[in-house]
Amino acid sequence: MPKYLSLEEKSAIIEKYANILPLSIIEELKEKISKIEITMEDLERILQEVIREYWSSLVEPGEPVGTVAAQSIGEPSTQMTLRTFHYAGVREFNVTLGLPRLIEIVDARRTPSTPMMTVYLDEEHRHDKDKAISIARKIEMTTIENVTKSVDVDLFTSSIIIELDSEMLEDKGIEVDKILRNILKMKRVKNAKIDEDSPYIIRVEFEEDVELGELQRLRDKILASKIKGIKGVRRVIVQKRRDEYVLVTDGSNLAAVMKIKGVDYTRTVSNNIHEIEEVLGIEAARMAIINEIQQVLEDQGLDVDIRHVMLVADIMTRTGSIKQIGRHGVSGEKESVLARAAFEVTIRHLLEAAAKGEIDYLRGITENVIVGQVIPLGTGMVDLYMRIGRRGEK
Amino acid sequence: MLKKMNIVDHVLVPKHEVLSPGEAAKILKELGIKPHQLPWIKASDPVIVAINAKPGDIVRIIRKSPTAGKTIVYRYVVPG
Repeated sequence: MPKYLSLEEKSAIIEKYANILPLSIIEELKEKISKIEITMEDLERILQEVIREYWSSLVEPGEPVGTVAAQSIGEPSTQMTLRTFHYAGVREFNVTLGLPRLIEIVDARRTPSTPMMTVYLDEEHRHDKDKAISIARKIEMTTIENVTKSVDVDLFTSSIIIELDSEMLEDKGIEVDKILRNILKMKRVKNAKIDEDSPYIIRVEFEEDVELGELQRLRDKILASKIKGIKGVRRVIVQKRRDEYVLVTDGSNLAAVMKIKGVDYTRTVSNNIHEIEEVLGIEAARMAIINEIQQVLEDQGLDVDIRHVMLVADIMTRTGSIKQIGRHGVSGEKESVLARAAFEVTIRHLLEAAAKGEIDYLRGITENVIVGQVIPLGTGMVDLYMRIGRRGEK
Repeated sequence: MLKKMNIVDHVLVPKHEVLSPGEAAKILKELGIKPHQLPWIKASDPVIVAINAKPGDIVRIIRKSPTAGKTIVYRYVVPG
């Protein structure tokens, strides 16, 4: 009768290898082994086999992981649709997807062409649609223009007359008094009052010396002024995801949204990677890059191993700030003149290098290909060093 | 009602911890590299400010990884 191990014994034995094998393999082993009857010797033998397999699956020194990653992302990208806009679950607004979005991410653009946020709500607000809408109202930016029916400029008294839309006011939950107060706070405004005829008409008077051109400018400024909400958030849509309500916004301002009461700031994310870097740090930005690229590839039905994407994100965030993959970032910072010149804007690089008297140490791949030497990759990476001494000398 | 916002709790932010000089030296010896050869992290990084690390420190970052379950990486705090 063989002696089978108990569940605890199995775990303890597997746990011994926690510093050799990664956590995910340990977990998987535990799960699979717990289902079978096994003796100590057999388990040890399985573990040895797993370790051998794990070691042989590791990347070998000298393997061109960067090139492999580039090819592995590049080839499927050629099959992506070139259509810029599409709707991702939100039919109300367009979102940049596919190749243009992928380029946007690796180019590390300051602002994405369609900035968006996914705002999660706290326990109190996430299950109730009305409560979710109340938060949505709080973060959606509303300008005076949004609640205005018509605007007239009275040249004779150099004042402007704003007729407000009562339905919009109610919809956004704004009172006329609040608008009045906001207008009064603005520069050059002498007086603003509600018209005698209607409670929704505001008459704004300016200081005497305001000229016609300036009047126009002031009118635009008043219309564009914010009454409530967060700057940059143009629209907010309430969406149901599984068992909770989330807000999807058009426009992004992560720092401000995270401070709003009722928002679960720990899960709220933006698709603006630079904003994430600013608010949450470089490691969060790395995660965001991985998530965004994976999202794009998944949407297009492409299966790219996440390790390639992780490598791209690692390289982009290596220096502590986000660098694009391109001539202003990763490629532009190569040590070798020849490698940089081979990539883009050849003449400028060569000219500058000549002017500065740069030296190329021929340590990279590109420059060695150019001069026709064995490239430092794979077996070519190995150098042979030999100490020359007389026979018998130690 | 709300407790103070702490970005360290955000889902995208992995755990960062400052290494003691002793630990740092041990890690560098193990990896056989100089500190500047590690990936960098700016001293002005919100997380670095939150955990109060100074330029010259090495931080250990414990990431959740979809492939390995958990990975440990190090970053060198640089001024900036």
